[in-house]
Amino acid sequence: MINASLKQLSAQLAAKKISSVELTQLYLDRIAALNPDLNAYITVNPELSLAQAREADARIAAGKAEALTGIPIAQKDIFCAKGWLTTCGSKMLHNFVSPYDAHVIGQFNNAGAVNLGKTNMDEFAMGSSNETSYYGPVKNPWDKTRVPGGSSGGTAAAVAARLCAAATGTDTGGSIRQPAALCGVSGLKPTYGVCSRYGMIAFASSLDQAGPMAKSAEDLALLLNVMAGFDERDSTSLQREREDYARDLAKPLNGLRIGLPKEFFAEGLGNDVGLAVQAAITEYKKLGATVVDISLPNSRLSVPVYYVLAPAEASSNLSRFDGVRYGYRAPEYVDLADLYEKSRAQGFGTEVKRRILIGTYVLSHGYYDAYYIKAQKIRRLIAQDFSNAFKQCDIIMGPTSPSTAFKLGEKGDDPVQMYLSDIYTIAVNLAGLPGMSIPCGFGENAMPVGLQIIGNYFDEARMLNAAHQYQLATDWHSRAPQGL
Amino acid sequence: MSLSIDDVKKVARLARLAVTEQEAQTAHAQLSGIFGLIGEMRAVDTAAIEPMSHAQDVVQRLREDRVTEHDQRELFQSVAPQVENGLYLVPQVIE
Amino acid sequence: MTWEIVIGLEVHAQLSTSSKIFCGASTAFGAEPNTQADAVSLALPGVLPVLNKGAVERAIRFGLATGAYIAPRSVFARKNYFYPDLPKGYQISQFDLPVVGNGQLVIQVPAQGNSPAYEKTVCLTRAHLEEDAGKSLHEDFHGMTGIDLNRAGTPLLEIVSEPDMRSAAEAVAYAKTLHSLVRWIGICDGNMQEGSFRCDANVSVHKSGTPFGTRREIKNLNSFRFLEQAINYEARWQIETLESGGTIRQATVLFDPDKGETRMMRTKEEAHDYRYFPDPDLLPLEISEEWKERVRATLPELPQARQARYVSELGLSVYDAGILTASREMADFFEAALNEAPGHAKMCANWLIGEISAQLNRDGLDIAQCPITPQQLGGMLKRIADNTISNSGAKEVFRTIWTEGGEADAIIEAKGLKQVSDSGAIEVLVDEIIAANADKVAEYRSGKDKLFGFFVGLAMKASKGKANPAQLNEILKRKLAG
Repeated sequence: MINASLKQLSAQLAAKKISSVELTQLYLDRIAALNPDLNAYITVNPELSLAQAREADARIAAGKAEALTGIPIAQKDIFCAKGWLTTCGSKMLHNFVSPYDAHVIGQFNNAGAVNLGKTNMDEFAMGSSNETSYYGPVKNPWDKTRVPGGSSGGTAAAVAARLCAAATGTDTGGSIRQPAALCGVSGLKPTYGVCSRYGMIAFASSLDQAGPMAKSAEDLALLLNVMAGFDERDSTSLQREREDYARDLAKPLNGLRIGLPKEFFAEGLGNDVGLAVQAAITEYKKLGATVVDISLPNSRLSVPVYYVLAPAEASSNLSRFDGVRYGYRAPEYVDLADLYEKSRAQGFGTEVKRRILIGTYVLSHGYYDAYYIKAQKIRRLIAQDFSNAFKQCDIIMGPTSPSTAFKLGEKGDDPVQMYLSDIYTIAVNLAGLPGMSIPCGFGENAMPVGLQIIGNYFDEARMLNAAHQYQLATDWHSRAPQGL
Repeated sequence: MSLSIDDVKKVARLARLAVTEQEAQTAHAQLSGIFGLIGEMRAVDTAAIEPMSHAQDVVQRLREDRVTEHDQRELFQSVAPQVENGLYLVPQVIE
Repeated sequence: MTWEIVIGLEVHAQLSTSSKIFCGASTAFGAEPNTQADAVSLALPGVLPVLNKGAVERAIRFGLATGAYIAPRSVFARKNYFYPDLPKGYQISQFDLPVVGNGQLVIQVPAQGNSPAYEKTVCLTRAHLEEDAGKSLHEDFHGMTGIDLNRAGTPLLEIVSEPDMRSAAEAVAYAKTLHSLVRWIGICDGNMQEGSFRCDANVSVHKSGTPFGTRREIKNLNSFRFLEQAINYEARWQIETLESGGTIRQATVLFDPDKGETRMMRTKEEAHDYRYFPDPDLLPLEISEEWKERVRATLPELPQARQARYVSELGLSVYDAGILTASREMADFFEAALNEAPGHAKMCANWLIGEISAQLNRDGLDIAQCPITPQQLGGMLKRIADNTISNSGAKEVFRTIWTEGGEADAIIEAKGLKQVSDSGAIEVLVDEIIAANADKVAEYRSGKDKLFGFFVGLAMKASKGKANPAQLNEILKRKLAG
């Protein structure tokens, strides 16, 4: 049951082979058993989850089930869910029970899905290893001495350890794709604007995007069908026709032109990762695709550009956490300034504070043009690289991360090394393009390797098609860590 | 453009983050490394390039001028650190 | 060389939308604290702004009314600072690409002492959309401050003038004209007590021919009187400071109406690094030519155009026309009354500017609360014009309408105020007086012209005040001449 696809689970529920309550309880039991060690969840609330499961069972009985009705889905703790503790991985929100639902949560609720719990994450989604969470690091289910990646590390670990049927993540610079790669699961970051950001606690507004994480591309398509959609409460939400992201899954890949950016296969890429990715490309050729060499000359600048723009936006987005209306307030203070400074100094962790300092500095008087405007200009160059590339190919492939999962604590003291682990994913956010990661083998120490697939704007269905056909031909995605 | 410890303290003050001397020192060392990385941007000629603020070239959608929200004060204030008579309390503000 | 005062004003006009600028919470004044603070107003984690079309439309109206540039594309920016009445830790405003730029406003500066009234054009630098902050309530909560966020997110149009004003009187005339205009075009209720129209004044002094001095900004002046007092105090203080060898440092000050003084705000210098940057949650605002034209079609005739029309078409003086167009309510009242008594614009203007304004003043009312309707006034004017009542009769009618209501005709009837215009009856009356006062008639005829008034008095008395004065004069003159 725990390895079943969403389609299979839905069929089982429809056939009354299992009820949503039973399925939910099964996962809750697994979480109770395994989560104390893995720490993939920050909050589980069996009462709320089982209540939703009972409603789902009633809906199934009434013949009004949809594709995800009754299916237990874990939600990254960045999504506000009414009545649920919503911490964003931070002490700042250790007591914040959200009074409202994010759009994405509302979409799942409307579909009859069960909220199974809130998954662990890097604090305010700032991190690539899940080590910045106030609620402790998540362990990689493939090797518990290693990180799951971040910031959606709890979600990735939960999917890999089969502690949920599927889950959500968010991706600002690789936060869905990198942990998906490091935990051997599938994850998709849609085109910016496809999923509403309403109720998703903001990190860097112009880059943040929600997306699904699951065991397969087929599951991702079903999840995206629920998550995507116009929302009038988000000015950056795009008004588009609804589409069925699963519509092209079965298409053969004959004639698909895959672009391989030479910059993604250069110095810095781990040998083991390179080999696994090359093997995946070979598989694609067998499936009928052709390969073109392309170049994304400015992509090497994506990390510096990102570390100007994202902290700048974040420094402003995180100003609302001031200990006045909700969240953490320092127990002692002498005046208003002291209340602010202590609440924020105590409520935020080191990495968050570091990025607030960077962002405040680059926006401050005298530096704005040299940093912020300059970064926005290079952002355009990076986006133009992609549009040039898509004149030569339909889809771009490469590694998701330069290495497989590293050891917990390995990069703790060196933020620059940590930042460079997102070198292949960040450019996609800067351009606003859709990107995904699917398992494509194992590298050193038998740790999973992810293949990154980048599509043109709104080309999610084509990417899912490419991923699904690969997953029909290979079984990397169905491998699960032993001993769980 | 190198960053001084005083810059770190000034920025921390702007961002309302209390920092100890030790924290300022550590932050200074790490930020200097990060700004080294960021400095790579300088080599690029961007004279003729328009800054890019948004991923999509779309314009602001407008909402009709209608009241759609109702009073939820009790719910919203249930998560507040300190309220009285419907007001959020903070240490005295002196202008 | 004498000191010259240089003043520029920044006015925050609260736009009269029903909902806030970036969310659907109500903007109604006076609600219980925080009952109109929705998730967006409170800046709950994860909430996002969506721009109110009504606010943009009002900005367009203002731009059109001041002949300004209306930006086809403008951008919202975040102004970052911490304050408890600012829930997000930043205010959404506009910085380098405002929605309105480069307009102008013609003001009438009233006569003062020996200097006559004059007209002046003040240039507007820009007007931009932004959100208001909440309110801090300082009454004692055990030494704490209470925060009410009902007002947070109310749309404001910040209207910035060039430093074109040279006296407190000019600044007040500008503020009043602007106040009248925003109400005229229906974008702001102008209620200064409720803070719907707030002025900040940038004041500096210099000697003519030398560069402008350093300016200090006086914040939050919410009455025209305070504006005038604050500028005068501030300018005098700056001049005294400079003359005693001091220097002026750029600062933000508050005006204390009780002491009549300005004082420095306790704001730290570094707080002024606002770290503006384009708000990534909002996209560029586009205003099409077509939208602009649609709004233009709904604009009322503007005060300046009406003033010019009253002069050219109705023959009023520039001064009178200026007073009548000081507010839209006044101008509309005037036109409605004139509609009842066509062709008598001057008389109508005199009554409005004279008797009615004086009464309103005495009773502390404004024209919108006037107990006399334009129709009632027009009805009375008609009767003055066709000689049914005399001026003194008219005053009686006016008093009656003011205190008891009713229509002029009915009052004239009931009180017997109709004046006698029957020349036969007046001739009889005059003949009787001449016959009864032969000695005085002789004196008059021998050259004692001053006695004419005596005869008028007698005749009026005899007619119980109802004789048409012009007719009476004419008949008396003829008969006395012999």
